[in-house]
Amino acid sequence: MFEKRIKIATWVVIAIFVLLGVRIWHLQIINGDKYRLMSENNRLRIIKTPAPRGIIFDRNNIPLVKNIPVFSVSINPENISLIDRGALAEILAISVDEINDKFDKKDNSSFVPIKLKQGLGFVEVSKIEARKSDFPGLFVETEIGREYIYGKTGGHVIGYLGKITPDQIKNPELKNFPPDALIGQWGIEALYDSSLRGTPGERIIEVDAIGRELRLVQHRQAVKGNDIILSIDINIQHAVEESFGEKAGSLVAVKPSTGEILALESLPSFDPNLFASGVMSADWRALIEDKKKPMLNRALQSQYPPGSTFKIITAIAALEEKVITPEAKVYCSGGISFGKWTFGCWKKGGHGSVNLHKALVESCDVYFYEVGKRLGIDRIHKYATSLGLGQPTGVSLYPIKERSGLIPSTIWKKEKRKQQWYLGETYNASIGQGYVTTTPVQMAVMLASVLNGGNVYTPTFIKDATPNLVRSFKISDATSRLVKEALSGVVNEAGGTARSAHSSITIIGGKTGTAQVVSKGKEAGGRFNDHAWFVAFAPVENPEIAMTVFVEHGGHGGATAAPIAKKAIEAYFKKPKTEQQKQNAKN
Amino acid sequence: MLKIDRRLIKNFDWVTFGLILAITLIGIATIYSATRLPVEGMDGSQPDFYLKQMLWLCISIIALFAVVMIDYVWFYRLAYIFYAIGLILLIAVLIAGKSSLGAQRWLNLGFIAFQPSEFFRLAFIMAFSSYLVNKNLYERIPLSCVFVFGIIPLFLIILQPDLGTGILLISLFVILSVMRGLSRKIITLAVIVSLISIPFLGHIFWENMKDYQKNRLIAFADPEVDPSGIGYHINQSKVAIGSGSFIGKGYLKGTQGPLRFLPEKHTDFIFSVFSEEWGFLGSMALFSLYIVLFLRGLDTAKKAKDEFGKLVATGIVSMFFIYFLVNTGMTLGIMPVVGVPLPFMSYGGTALLSNFVAAGVLINIRTRRFELFY
Repeated sequence: MFEKRIKIATWVVIAIFVLLGVRIWHLQIINGDKYRLMSENNRLRIIKTPAPRGIIFDRNNIPLVKNIPVFSVSINPENISLIDRGALAEILAISVDEINDKFDKKDNSSFVPIKLKQGLGFVEVSKIEARKSDFPGLFVETEIGREYIYGKTGGHVIGYLGKITPDQIKNPELKNFPPDALIGQWGIEALYDSSLRGTPGERIIEVDAIGRELRLVQHRQAVKGNDIILSIDINIQHAVEESFGEKAGSLVAVKPSTGEILALESLPSFDPNLFASGVMSADWRALIEDKKKPMLNRALQSQYPPGSTFKIITAIAALEEKVITPEAKVYCSGGISFGKWTFGCWKKGGHGSVNLHKALVESCDVYFYEVGKRLGIDRIHKYATSLGLGQPTGVSLYPIKERSGLIPSTIWKKEKRKQQWYLGETYNASIGQGYVTTTPVQMAVMLASVLNGGNVYTPTFIKDATPNLVRSFKISDATSRLVKEALSGVVNEAGGTARSAHSSITIIGGKTGTAQVVSKGKEAGGRFNDHAWFVAFAPVENPEIAMTVFVEHGGHGGATAAPIAKKAIEAYFKKPKTEQQKQNAKN
Repeated sequence: MLKIDRRLIKNFDWVTFGLILAITLIGIATIYSATRLPVEGMDGSQPDFYLKQMLWLCISIIALFAVVMIDYVWFYRLAYIFYAIGLILLIAVLIAGKSSLGAQRWLNLGFIAFQPSEFFRLAFIMAFSSYLVNKNLYERIPLSCVFVFGIIPLFLIILQPDLGTGILLISLFVILSVMRGLSRKIITLAVIVSLISIPFLGHIFWENMKDYQKNRLIAFADPEVDPSGIGYHINQSKVAIGSGSFIGKGYLKGTQGPLRFLPEKHTDFIFSVFSEEWGFLGSMALFSLYIVLFLRGLDTAKKAKDEFGKLVATGIVSMFFIYFLVNTGMTLGIMPVVGVPLPFMSYGGTALLSNFVAAGVLINIRTRRFELFY
């Protein structure tokens, strides 16, 4: 009996050994490769080291941004049971609820650190470091963020970095990015993100089970992103911001010969430093809900009737189409009658006899009613659209959608309004009122093309970029010269509407304009005041800079917009360099 | 009582001795590898676990020879006294025990801390065997027997709680009863009764278990739930063994242990470390040592000159085998995580000593198989 049962026991032992052997064979032989890989993944960790971002310079090589370390605080999940959540919330300056949310999330894996807060500065980090021993598993990581040296100045152009959004992560180019990566989200930072970004480095390290780094296995240096030299001049931007003061509006300055944007301000602006480390939702909401709309890019997105600045188009069309000679005079008695309506000139007493030069210098409306009537709306439409109006200029500034403005025509009216065109509407269009609307950037492009003899370039923010010629619309030299002289007269002659733009540094030419605000009553300086336009260029002989200034509720262009243009142009020619800027340029 | 004669030397079971010595030396080498610093030249020095184990090996060998020299008839005569002492120690550990991982198992005698259960299991085998020698279990198991050798010790072990020893005691009780000649009828009945009572006993066990023990069972039943990362540890053990592939990563080349992905790398999970470095070939070689040890032990049981010897030998082999199975089964991920050491391999001085003493008894029985009672 005993021996028999020992025999059975022997077979039981052998059978169990066979079973164990099969199991080992299954693990080591059949799945050996899989487990080998898993053990490698266990001990090797790839750490991406962020690449320094390319620096953004202005056209005079003044750096506009600085790379700064931004810190984030994370915690190893295996330690969270040991943490005094209240105390942690206090030193991180976040609510206990937020901590509870992050700690008790269901999908927390037990080995992936939980990110608690991003975008901390040196002071906050040193506070945390000082108390780190109270919070086992807490650690600080460094990322590369941005400091925007000039703050609000140029904020709309430079833009900012922000946390990658869930939608962006779906983009195949960005899919390898960590979920909290900072990428360009606005302006140049966003537009040229892939170039500025550089290539992150990689450190392959061996770690133990608690994530302690034991040894460096492989190292690849991060490659810095490409620098970008912008066409904008921060000195102009600064002068513009200063001279606008509290007023809202925008300024766009381009180089007539290439389309390079020398300055683009939209005011009020926002400080990109607010976003630099991933914006707090409260700040973001405050900016979005601000009644002054700082996030609106007024240079690209506000469209208004260009007012008398449009007379440049009417004048060119009239001369080129030879509906009038430069010397021919029109008598202005203060208005003309048409049917039961009267179309007045802004000068109640009238200008008397005016030729083209005087009509532009003194901005006589009646003169342009007359030539507008001779031209007809469709010829005005042809010149306006050929010189860049009524269509997007093609300037790109993520995520801004540029508006296209409107240049009416008989066809447009028939198609969109199902109505025929009336002469009275031609009168209005001739002086830039009525249906006509433009954006500041369109007006700058238009002026640039008038000055360069009819070449319409896509405005660009990159210095010395190959000009992108959209259209070449020949304007005769004689017309060009006549218009330039007249626009110079606007600023420099007695009776000119923009005497306030007269400069001792350079000879400025320009044209004022007023976009009427439809309103019930007018209160001086209030929000029912008209919008002021001023287009300007300098020097009159061989212009280097052409610009549009638009001041919301600025009243008459000559009074509010022209001085701003003058300051901007002088800033361009003076090119003063502060010590700080020289210092920055060196670094 | 001590009797050294030529026959003792001539008949000494060098095979069993050689096997356990070989396994222990492999164990020491593996302990060295498992506890080595992950990177050479790192701060800190090689922990001295392997040296301590060597020291314990020397003590254990001396103890083994001492045990072999005592005629095992004395174990028969003193079995009940051993057993009584064992029970008292178990009670003592409940009152004054040192806690480790939430279970009271250790008794600190000032100069040495040891687990009374390590002594108790051997006393149990001897006492139960000497009881069975004089009883005919063919028809029925007396209630007193069940009480003295079943319920009382199990109760004390459950209180600690010590799942590993509990499993061992139940198994030994069954195995020895069966080997003593329990009829098929009773065996069948017992199987049915135990199947019915498992939920009930399981409940008692469950209520007494510490959280970590509950977690282990949960993790085994459903690794996805994984209340405390135990499933992760089982998985890491599988990764360690699996990554060894056919020939292993090579001695001192394993990563799972030194980098601490394996818990208890030099004790409960020592087989994972060994298998990672030596692969399928090494594992099979190690298993061969064990299988020869067990079969040799069973052969000893068969050849023992008396009933007591047969039962004690069976009990000791069963003990080794159950620990071996529960331990390797755990590291291979086919059994729940029950913290039992791999006999002779795992780090642990008193465990090594107690295993050598048990092996000494086994050798003793084989060595004296031709002797007659004096």
